[in-house]
Amino acid sequence: MSNIIDLTLVDLVEKIKKKVLSSKEITKAYIERADKSKKLNTYITEDFKNALKKADNFDNSPDFDKKLPGIPIAVKDLFCTKNLKTTAGSKILENFIPTYESTVTDNIWNEGGILLGKLNCDEFAMGSSNETSFFGNVQSPVGEKLVPGGSSGGSASALAAKLTPATIGTDTGGSIRQPASFTGIVGLKPTYGSCSRYGIVAFASSLDQAGPMTQDVKDCALLFSIISSYDNKDSTSIDYKREDYLKKLNKSIKGKKIGIPKEYRVDGMSKEIEDLWQKGINIAKEAGAEIVDVSLPNTNYALPTYYIVAPAEASSNLARYDGVKYGFRSKGKNLIDMYEKTRSEGFGNEVKRRIMIGTYVLSSGYYDAYYLKAQKVRRLIKNDFDDVYKKVDAILTPSTPSSAFKIGEKTNDPVSMYLNDIFTVPINLAGLPAISIPAGHDQKGYPLGLQIIGKAFDEQNILNIAYFLEEEINFKNKINDWWI
Amino acid sequence: MTIDLKTVKKISKLARISVDDEKAKKLESDLNSIFEFIEKLNRLDTSKSEPLTSVVDAKLQLRKDEIKSQNIRDQILKNSPDENKDFFVVPKVVE
Repeated sequence: MSNIIDLTLVDLVEKIKKKVLSSKEITKAYIERADKSKKLNTYITEDFKNALKKADNFDNSPDFDKKLPGIPIAVKDLFCTKNLKTTAGSKILENFIPTYESTVTDNIWNEGGILLGKLNCDEFAMGSSNETSFFGNVQSPVGEKLVPGGSSGGSASALAAKLTPATIGTDTGGSIRQPASFTGIVGLKPTYGSCSRYGIVAFASSLDQAGPMTQDVKDCALLFSIISSYDNKDSTSIDYKREDYLKKLNKSIKGKKIGIPKEYRVDGMSKEIEDLWQKGINIAKEAGAEIVDVSLPNTNYALPTYYIVAPAEASSNLARYDGVKYGFRSKGKNLIDMYEKTRSEGFGNEVKRRIMIGTYVLSSGYYDAYYLKAQKVRRLIKNDFDDVYKKVDAILTPSTPSSAFKIGEKTNDPVSMYLNDIFTVPINLAGLPAISIPAGHDQKGYPLGLQIIGKAFDEQNILNIAYFLEEEINFKNKINDWWI
Repeated sequence: MTIDLKTVKKISKLARISVDDEKAKKLESDLNSIFEFIEKLNRLDTSKSEPLTSVVDAKLQLRKDEIKSQNIRDQILKNSPDENKDFFVVPKVVE
């Protein structure tokens, strides 16, 4: 039998149900692997002792009707976990112990999943390289000194390095899809309103969505079926009929209309990315899909819009971190001095930068010129997608404009860092679902991803297209365990 | 438009984040490069566009306002940075 850590989530579930493997054996295998992989810095908090206890409990009285029977899973440290430290990668929450559980993680434990621990991420999910975390940067298993992407960088790295069979991240502007693309894994950003935001440390509330990060599309369909639910604790959660996405998964692409947006052919796009995109187009065409050239004319304005809307919402959301009721506090001469010192010492540079941008665009005299303007452009961006979806069933693009870069390469230039998310940000602004699947390697051997964007609540369709492309592309991640 | 040092100080006051002069200078240059990038939006005519505040079309649902979690007072106070078993403590605010 192959190694436990080489099995997919779906395989593990089957092996447990057939009693070929026990929950304890599986949990131990991942813990042993994590113990040898400290160099990657994927974990902020390990909960291994409890995980083994829970695995024992499962094996003693197993419930095989669950969808994740006794399966250990590590999650991004942006999800509140009851009685277990939740930091959001920030000093300001370094000792915060939630008294409640996020709905998404609760859904996983209710289906038999077992928490392994909390994974590193950019501070408050603000970053594209996992270099803004208070707990240090994460290394990519793809190569030494290489970023795993961000903000769900710890999740991507842990999954690609086989420290967890699957994981979840959050995506505000690309934070699931970009690291998925950089590390050769599958990442889905669901439709806004599909997964509850309750108990997820808020960054930009109108954009944030949780989603699965998995080894393949089947695993993605399984995990998505579990985490997506209507929740009355999140006022933007949508009450619609959710499917068993795994059961309905089929490799259907014939007759589908797939849009190729010309605006995504950005200036200076590398030949490798263009070739990858063309490869995806050719595969779809040969399988009988109809390729349609489409236009999303306001694509160019998505990033500037995002860098008004997201910081504005963040500046309000992060106003709660004042050192009074929880989290880090610095001593001050008086209350105001305490607030200012606490926030100055408790937040890192990128977070402070974004709070400042947000405060400025919402401040008196600038609100109309920036925030209102951005909301109007956001409407135009959404209208672009609405128009295109009258003609096509899905849209195919590259996930990122480049492969992974070196740690430190982009830290001094915020704008060049922001450009990483050029293909992913428009989807969050429009609230649509999109999946990134690994589709090839660049000359250096680093993974590259393709993104399939769907209509709202049409996750099944993009999963099906991804499932087909995945088989045709037959991507193999080149990870040589350099850190062990 | 450009953001000067005075504006940086004003924003930091509004955001309740203290910045020293050196940090303020760095922020001034960062914010200017970011806003130069953001200003691109001014090229776009949005006079006929309604602001989009939410991508969710659905009507907001109401639920009963009920207490679901009980007896978590001690746990909540435990997260408080200044230890006191009954209250959240802050620096003195009245003379």
